[in-house]
Amino acid sequence: MMFLRYAIYRFITMLLTLWVVSIMIFVIINLPPGDYLSNQIAELRATGQAEGVAKAEFLRVEYALDRPIWEQYLIWVGMAPGPQGWYGLIQGNFGWSFEFDRPVSEIVGDALWLTVLVNLAAVLFVYLVALPLGVLAAAKSETWVDYSAAFVGYLGLATPNFLLALMLFYYGNKYFDLPIGGLMDPRFEGAPMSWEKVRSVLIHLIVPTFVIGTSGAAAMMQRLRANMLDELGKPYVETAKAKGLAPSKLLAKYPLRMAFNPFVADIGNLLPAMISGSVLVSVVLGLQTIGPSLLTALKSQDQFLAGFILMFVALLTLIGTMVSDLLLVLLDPRIRYGARAA
Amino acid sequence: MTPLLNVQDLSIGFGTEKPVVQDVSFQVMPGETLALVGESGSGKTISCRAVLRILPEAAQIRSGSITFSSTQQGSTVDLLRQPERALRKVRGNHISMIFQEPMRSLSPLHRLGDQVSEVLLLHRDMNAARAKASVLETFERVGFPDPARVWRSYPFEMSGGMRQRAMIAMAMVAKPELLIADEPTTALDVTTQAQVLGLIKELQSETGMAVILVTHDLGVVANMAESVVVMNKGRVMERGPAEAVLSDPAHGYTQKLFAAAPMIPQVAAPARPETNDDPILQMRGVCKTYTMRAGGWRKPTLITACHEVNLTVQRGKTLAVVGESGSGKTTCARLALGAEPPDQGGEILFRATADAAPLKIHDMNAEDRIRFQRQAQMVFQDPYSSLSPRMRVGQALTEPMEIHDLGRKSERREKAAEMLRWVGLDPSMLSRYPHAFSGGQRQRLSIARALTLDPVLLVCDEPTSALDVSVQEQILCLLEDIRDRIGLSYLFISHDLAVVARIADEVAVMRQGVIVEQAPPDTLFYNPRHPYTCALIAAQPEPDISRPINLELVSKGAGSPATWPEAFRFEGVAAPALTELEPGHKVRCHV
Repeated sequence: MMFLRYAIYRFITMLLTLWVVSIMIFVIINLPPGDYLSNQIAELRATGQAEGVAKAEFLRVEYALDRPIWEQYLIWVGMAPGPQGWYGLIQGNFGWSFEFDRPVSEIVGDALWLTVLVNLAAVLFVYLVALPLGVLAAAKSETWVDYSAAFVGYLGLATPNFLLALMLFYYGNKYFDLPIGGLMDPRFEGAPMSWEKVRSVLIHLIVPTFVIGTSGAAAMMQRLRANMLDELGKPYVETAKAKGLAPSKLLAKYPLRMAFNPFVADIGNLLPAMISGSVLVSVVLGLQTIGPSLLTALKSQDQFLAGFILMFVALLTLIGTMVSDLLLVLLDPRIRYGARAA
Repeated sequence: MTPLLNVQDLSIGFGTEKPVVQDVSFQVMPGETLALVGESGSGKTISCRAVLRILPEAAQIRSGSITFSSTQQGSTVDLLRQPERALRKVRGNHISMIFQEPMRSLSPLHRLGDQVSEVLLLHRDMNAARAKASVLETFERVGFPDPARVWRSYPFEMSGGMRQRAMIAMAMVAKPELLIADEPTTALDVTTQAQVLGLIKELQSETGMAVILVTHDLGVVANMAESVVVMNKGRVMERGPAEAVLSDPAHGYTQKLFAAAPMIPQVAAPARPETNDDPILQMRGVCKTYTMRAGGWRKPTLITACHEVNLTVQRGKTLAVVGESGSGKTTCARLALGAEPPDQGGEILFRATADAAPLKIHDMNAEDRIRFQRQAQMVFQDPYSSLSPRMRVGQALTEPMEIHDLGRKSERREKAAEMLRWVGLDPSMLSRYPHAFSGGQRQRLSIARALTLDPVLLVCDEPTSALDVSVQEQILCLLEDIRDRIGLSYLFISHDLAVVARIADEVAVMRQGVIVEQAPPDTLFYNPRHPYTCALIAAQPEPDISRPINLELVSKGAGSPATWPEAFRFEGVAAPALTELEPGHKVRCHV
């Protein structure tokens, strides 16, 4: 009951945050002078293509770019009627991309889900690698286990992602026959979901997951190790030892539980870092995520496309933080009861 | 009769340095209580931890043997030569341990039931249900009124005393033959300490287990132990039956410990209170409430830290505020220094000199505040954290003068050197860092720092509670000395009546934010009227076997105000007024 109330509270604050974020995104996108269409009109005028100008002018009115910025914002979000009536993000209209001359939803389409897939895989990789290595490094601190874990970790942190990507593609292809680039075999693109397609996606995921996840895993491992070492010196560990508990059981039951908090709290930070970090990697690896589209959209001031992608990333981040907050409440009674106490 | 535990020539050291425990030997008979007494760094904790081999990783046991002769099993083993796996069967099973800090010795993430029953699941062939029944029984035995609720609780939901009870339950649940209690009551309030000690004693007489009690407090020894081992710098100084050692200490070190132990004086008759009226600090009707913000949408709650506090510090005198944790005594100190504003309506007045116009601390502008800060300074409780580890002593001592822009650089330096001499340190120490100093020296440094601005009022917040008894004695002497030398006035905050007994001219006893009794110390100890004051005095462990703690008096006054005898009872903040029963002796009671 307590938890449910907190979850609802947390959900509502998330929506409020998302709303504030949407304002900021819109303002920032509109900060550079002009917009996609006015740039285009100027260019058409300069080259003397009058008929193009008329079309661009029409689009300007059609997408309300001639209105004051606050009105543009309300129309974009769907909180005020635009030229096409109440039709904004809230109503499920993601807007029009001028650059590609297609609806945003069509452009992003599959890329959206592939982005989520790639990043979830990377997050999972981070946790699966960092957890055992971090605990092991702490339990065997200052032995060769610790040192080699740290060495591998720092190597992962220090190697530029795109370099790692290129190396892995070369050797992966040479020795394990892994595919190079892309997220699925070209013959499955646009094809309906099938077992073969899933298999192809999974195989293509191996290298990107590794590339995007390594540095995160290295950092996380070091953090977990440090937290564990802090906890190992605490009196309650001594108490557990004085009870006659075996070392492995002790480690898992007491200090690990305590060191887990920062580990969980990082979910929220991890997602945005990975998504923005993976833009470059996606370009290099030729992944069909939204990363490359975002880059193009931002460069050409394609405001609805850029705005939508940024909103999507923000949403993922907020969901990540919310999930980690809720998990923390479940995991740590002090946080759970902290809200109730007094 | 073979001893239950026989420690022979134990030596423990770190790395290549000389041993911190050297040739220590002692025996514990079945059912006996042995006290290991010593100040910090004496090696008492390390010696007792060596029994279960729960030592810091860098510690090496260099020589000696610890033989444990279990009467239950009828076997004798050398614990130091057992493999780790075999030792695990001894830990928590035949020998269990209670640690100093109940706040940190329990895992905050596991329910108490889980943590306590773990011992049984490990060592006894029990299923979960039988273990639970056994744990609930133990919870009841250690004095929890509602064992089932404790089973479900997390440690942070309980007070320090309750947690220590849970720790005791955890140590007792497997019915060990030997209990090692490492300063089990040092972190507790004095009335709670009395109750916990009483509990350990009761359990011991019931089960017949032996106890090793590690403590620095001779008063605790007198109340608990049958035999005593006094340790200093890793060596045993003196050993023998408690009665002999306590009544006639043979070794010089033991005698020194005795001389330093503060005692509540047995007053024959109080002297007449002097009458002078030159207040330097006056608090009138001061209240302080804090708002606790709850999470989410919930309404914030009000917490009363101080209620209707009236206090006067006379010039050149010491007013002591005594109370246990949560009594509001530190809030008083913070209010007196203007660190926090009191609630509307309270007045705090400060007169720098006898004829100066009073300064309203509760309503100062920035200029007043700077002037006031020069005249009133504070000495903090923990000398380890109140000095910046990155500042040399010279910097730390001249900084206040720099802030107030006093003197030139050379003059500041000179003043700092002079202050060091005042507190009994050498001016050549100015260029050292605080880590090079012991706890007592650090506290001298913080006193020197407070004095650099030539204040007239010094607020001391538990200045000796983090120190060893012998060091505490020195610091108290120093404070008295300085007070008489330059006519300082002290507002002295403490939890320890015995400390206050020697330094204060007037004592105010606080409980739950209100002053319950106020009088000069002689009057207070000769004729304590309030049940809470009586409990505090009764709970003070005296290093005298013939004056044991009176648990009955303690339990009568130590509870919440709603359980006090009718004349004193109140609930919430609806306290009766402070009534002057005789000149200078005020008690909060219904008349």
